[in-house]
Amino acid sequence: MSATDETRWTRKDLLGIAELEPAEIALVLDTAESFREVAQRPIKKVPTLRGKSVVNLFFEASTRTRSSFELAEKRLSADSINVSTSGSSISKGETLIDTALNLQAMAPDLVVIRHEHPGVPHMLARRIAAGVVNAGDGAHEHPTQALLDAFTIRRRKGRLAGLKVAIVGDVLHSRVLRSNVQLLTKMGAEVTVAGPRIMMPVAMETLGVKVCYSLDEAVEDADVVMMLRVQLERHSKRIFPSVREYFKLFGLTAQRLERAKDDVIVMHPGPMNRGVEIASDVADGPYSVILEQVANGVAVRMAVLFLLLGARE
Amino acid sequence: MTAKSHPSLAFKREVLDAEGMRPILRRMAGELLERDRDLEQLMLVGIHTRGVPLAERLADEIERMEGKRPLFGTIDITLYRDDLSARPQPEVKQTRLPSPIDACVVVLCDDVLYTGRTVRAALDELNDYGRPRAVRLAVLVDRGHRELPIQADVVGKHVPTARAEVVDVGFEATDGGDYVHILEQTELERTQEEG
Repeated sequence: MSATDETRWTRKDLLGIAELEPAEIALVLDTAESFREVAQRPIKKVPTLRGKSVVNLFFEASTRTRSSFELAEKRLSADSINVSTSGSSISKGETLIDTALNLQAMAPDLVVIRHEHPGVPHMLARRIAAGVVNAGDGAHEHPTQALLDAFTIRRRKGRLAGLKVAIVGDVLHSRVLRSNVQLLTKMGAEVTVAGPRIMMPVAMETLGVKVCYSLDEAVEDADVVMMLRVQLERHSKRIFPSVREYFKLFGLTAQRLERAKDDVIVMHPGPMNRGVEIASDVADGPYSVILEQVANGVAVRMAVLFLLLGARE
Repeated sequence: MTAKSHPSLAFKREVLDAEGMRPILRRMAGELLERDRDLEQLMLVGIHTRGVPLAERLADEIERMEGKRPLFGTIDITLYRDDLSARPQPEVKQTRLPSPIDACVVVLCDDVLYTGRTVRAALDELNDYGRPRAVRLAVLVDRGHRELPIQADVVGKHVPTARAEVVDVGFEATDGGDYVHILEQTELERTQEEG
């Protein structure tokens, strides 16, 4: 499943998985393979993006994604600055468009943006000349997370096509799910999505996945089990009765995992709620690749930065 | 750049065939050994793409002469290029060096020496891996037109060329045969590139 010689990255922005062709996805994954090696060098830095500037614009809290992007930028020798909402002019009432125009005036080469509203990165991409990477927009997309998940699966399983992938949890609020479902179905995986009915959006089946409301059914014979975080901060108390009940019905335990294939891998995009969607002994257990996902995230983001910035005409 | 990837390049003449290449590889290996006899610390490093099979062949020759193989590595200079934005996207391959390289004499191997920019990038990259005792350069073909003050220590063959020409090197392992061909851009291609 490697990209053909003719595949070239021609996009200015990476806004979502929705618009990507399978060959483009394969190109990112193949490129990331080479960047993985940079992390093992004595000097973990290459001069590739010297002189390019990147703005990390995070309107929502993020530890993993932001530090992962930052590290990827530094390893490629790009100059990066971080703008977060607290303490910036955004908290002083500046509109998003004004923020964008001011950024544009500073002529960065790339803007990495996370925002609580879907579509904000797309709006920004239309307004500024710099490339835009969506680092999560509301419950819409989180393309680099899906790419790093796919990269992790492909490294472990050697392929994506034909794999049985169960994605379980708070489907309603998950941008990770939306990007992953699109990527995995495009690459030929069989995806089952499971969660409580109150966390399952209507018409989920139209995305080409199987929908079920039982963890056990979803995990049955799975090659990959991907757990989603219950986004407690996005739930009103009314629709989320109790953490204990959730764990009882949808928490992944070692016992429940036995239904999956013998060589199953367990994934989680982080941050984990131990004892809510996943038991500690599973998260730290032999099937877990959760920390591998984090390590691979840097390589995948380096590949994305390289493709977006490395060969622009 | 090879005829396979550029159908608009036309074959012009043959410089070497398999018969011709064999003694040249043997002589190059001999010249390398004259300089550095200690195989424990001699590392042949092929520059992707066609430098890799060249380094392998030189290692084969050295093994035949000495009964022992030198150290072997590969290097991909894509991330160290000075012309990243100017060309179509290159494919990033992997650098694999048996570490550490500090005590070694590293011989960079490439099929063709042209502007010298590839070698410059490879030197920068090696620098990030350590401080080799010495770095040498072995090329199968030196085609002239240097843009940097870089010369090879061991040259298979000097081949004067025009800039519009392309030197196409093939090896048994990667291309099904050993050869050095000169190709020429067709008129059409040249006008397109200038325009």
